[in-house]
Amino acid sequence: MNDIPAHFDPERMGSMIFERAHPGWLDLEFHEKGANWVELKLPWREDLVGDPDFPVLASGPIVSLLDMAGGMCIWTTNRVFKPVATLDLRVDYQRPARDHAAVYGRTECYRLTRSAAFVRGFAHDGDPEDTVATMVGVFMTINPGRANG
Amino acid sequence: MASSADLKLLSAYAHSLGMRIEDHDEAGMPVVAIDFSEDLEGRPGALHGGATSGILETAGYAALRTELSRQGRNARLKPINVTVQFLRAGLRKRTLAAGRIKRLGRRNANIVVEAWQDDREKPIATAVMNVMVVEAD
Repeated sequence: MNDIPAHFDPERMGSMIFERAHPGWLDLEFHEKGANWVELKLPWREDLVGDPDFPVLASGPIVSLLDMAGGMCIWTTNRVFKPVATLDLRVDYQRPARDHAAVYGRTECYRLTRSAAFVRGFAHDGDPEDTVATMVGVFMTINPGRANG
Repeated sequence: MASSADLKLLSAYAHSLGMRIEDHDEAGMPVVAIDFSEDLEGRPGALHGGATSGILETAGYAALRTELSRQGRNARLKPINVTVQFLRAGLRKRTLAAGRIKRLGRRNANIVVEAWQDDREKPIATAVMNVMVVEAD
């Protein structure tokens, strides 16, 4: 990951991060950002539905969206890209996303310690006041090779 | 007991990501399996937390649908919540997951799910799910 600049900008880095791997498979896109938050977009896709009788997104992609946004809001708050691992993630589902609607995931990093990052956020399908799901998570920074213990 | 083929245990999302029902465990619960691919990757060489959560949820729903079918119940399932604990990094290998029904009432169910790679005694992640069970009339 040497090609990732020290000053993390979710808008600039988004296109690179979303090109491949699981975020790439989901077609995630950068949408908005603030000093300690990011909002990502999960476009509607036929093959991501959860229930064959109802054209609404499965819960799995919504968890992925919020997990990914969780990592990115930590890098945004830190202004540095450092790998993180999710330790604990809880998602409460308020209602299904609307038929054929894209879903947005907005997360903020409300507290950082040396090794843990505390994140909360929500998913909506157009109106941030009318949430589809809310989330809370804890992420740990990881040291490749444990060089810095 | 209805065979897995008769029961719609996997969603379009689960099929699309590459999940399948491979087996049943000693409790008769379906074991969801998925081979590692780039589509599941988070940081290089490791499973994405979101993909791991999706596998756990899929195994939880499969367990619940299996139990509802045993009871002869036809119901629509709506997620209430999921809490995932990530215990170990998921590596570049096959991942398995299976659920246990802790409580199944008239209106809701509580399910505990484990995901593992080589050894079920060493899970990579666990989840607790609450699901609303809406009986079809």
